[in-house]
Amino acid sequence: MARRRSVGDLSYGLVIGGLATIAVTIIVAPVVIVLMTSFTEGQALKFPPKGFSLMWYEQLFDPTKSRQIHRTAENSLIIACYSTLLGVVLGTLASLGLARNRTRAARAADNFFMSPLVLPGITYGLAALVYFSLLGFRPSIELMVAGHLIVTMPFILRTTTASLSQLDPALLDSSKSLGASWFYTLRRVTLPLIAPGIAAGAFLAFMASIDNVPVSLFLSNARTDTLPIRMWGMMESTLDVRVAAVSGVLITAAFLLMLIMEWTVGLTRRMRD
Amino acid sequence: MTVGAPSADRHFAGLRPATFGTTVLREWQLALPLGLAFAALFLTPLLLLVGVSFFNDEKMTQPGLLSWLTFFGDPFNYKVIGDTLMLGVKTVCTTVLIGYPLALVYLDLSPRLQKILLFIIVMPLLLSVVVRTFAWIVVLGREGVVNSVLMGLGIISEPLKLLQTELGLVISLTQIEMPLMLLPLISVMSRQDPNLRDASAALGASRWRTLFTVILPLSTPGLVAGCLLVFASSTTAFISQTVIGGVRLIYLPLVIWQQSLVVYHWPLAAVASLALVISVLSVIAALSWVGRRSGGYING
Repeated sequence: MARRRSVGDLSYGLVIGGLATIAVTIIVAPVVIVLMTSFTEGQALKFPPKGFSLMWYEQLFDPTKSRQIHRTAENSLIIACYSTLLGVVLGTLASLGLARNRTRAARAADNFFMSPLVLPGITYGLAALVYFSLLGFRPSIELMVAGHLIVTMPFILRTTTASLSQLDPALLDSSKSLGASWFYTLRRVTLPLIAPGIAAGAFLAFMASIDNVPVSLFLSNARTDTLPIRMWGMMESTLDVRVAAVSGVLITAAFLLMLIMEWTVGLTRRMRD
Repeated sequence: MTVGAPSADRHFAGLRPATFGTTVLREWQLALPLGLAFAALFLTPLLLLVGVSFFNDEKMTQPGLLSWLTFFGDPFNYKVIGDTLMLGVKTVCTTVLIGYPLALVYLDLSPRLQKILLFIIVMPLLLSVVVRTFAWIVVLGREGVVNSVLMGLGIISEPLKLLQTELGLVISLTQIEMPLMLLPLISVMSRQDPNLRDASAALGASRWRTLFTVILPLSTPGLVAGCLLVFASSTTAFISQTVIGGVRLIYLPLVIWQQSLVVYHWPLAAVASLALVISVLSVIAALSWVGRRSGGYING
């Protein structure tokens, strides 16, 4: 039995370890390769990249040469900020209202608010375009904020509701029995305790808004388009090496933000649970 | 697991003080602003989309079933729907094939290494899909990483055509959707009692046998959840499908985009997008039914 087990365990280690190695490589390698190519001296995207230079970053940060990219990045940031801010207010209120409510209606409402996660984004994008056009609205930043608010809401609700349901009800009861009003309890007990959950959700919603393509694709025009839409255009036409530089900036920003969120609110733990 | 929940809730509600009734009312109203926003910005547009699909012409003057009949009368569209669903199935298979072993490895790591691996897994999720798609252009292109390595090693003399093929698209989507498979898997698997695995080994089962008789059945809910997310996301991944797949590989999201923003035939675009929702959600419903059944089997 001992012999059979050792042969079996060896093959197990080889197969599982091998496949897991492929998985890690496939996850990490493309990101590293993009970072490397963004420092190329050449005019084309080749591998291995020719030489080392910051010329594509210089071009990217040049306000006249990359004016379009800067404008779309600004749009992306504005839309993400407003939709996240609005989302946190509406989402936290709704979570407070529904998280500990066990009625069938409350569960249904919760599922309804989470449904943008499973509905194909392109379907919602088209629906929003048709709706706003028939109402007579023209593409604007406000419409983009409205669309992004809907598709990023599940991220805010999930972490906020999770931290509310982990909250010990005895804390709220004792605050109440000590004479605190509902609002005082909310301000001094509930909110401080669920703040990390809200922050994690807000961060994920913000990143999802920056990243969003399907809704932006339908609701934006030449004036209100966002960075991902612009990058998509740059990738579809000529393969501009500045895309690599933009990617480099976005990778670095995402990495740093994620480290900060990991240290402050334990982001990955919240995403796993 | 769904059987025990309602009775536990009644028990819980019974323990609440009498004032609970008024609290429910007040708390419940806090969800009203979001409810109104969702009614106005989510539900109404979707209902309107269904309404628009029942118009015959692009000016939307004659109501009728013509758009549905046109879309489903064209055999080409069945091929597109089939290709879209198959793309999802293939991506689910590859993410399971290499993602599941990675989740197994995760279980055996020390807490510190687990944290680092989880960070690596989550990181791509926060990177724009456009960036991840672009990365695969650099990897799979004519002068990309794969071709220059294979040509440098003398394995091939002509560059392989990987972009604009389904193989290249499936490889790219495997990385792009991987976190969606791994997060639910790891979440469910790390809640398993490690003693079960030790007991299985102590009773003489090989590691393979432990995997297939203990770990795999217990992780089914996580596996099903991961498959659902990967399937839903890869079938609707417009950017990756168009940029890596090119114009010759046609999937439903491209049809929707062409009909709505190039041809401006909204009724047809509405039918195409409803076809996407119906086909994707019916596969998801079937999968989660399977998941619930297996979940019930394990707990019962």
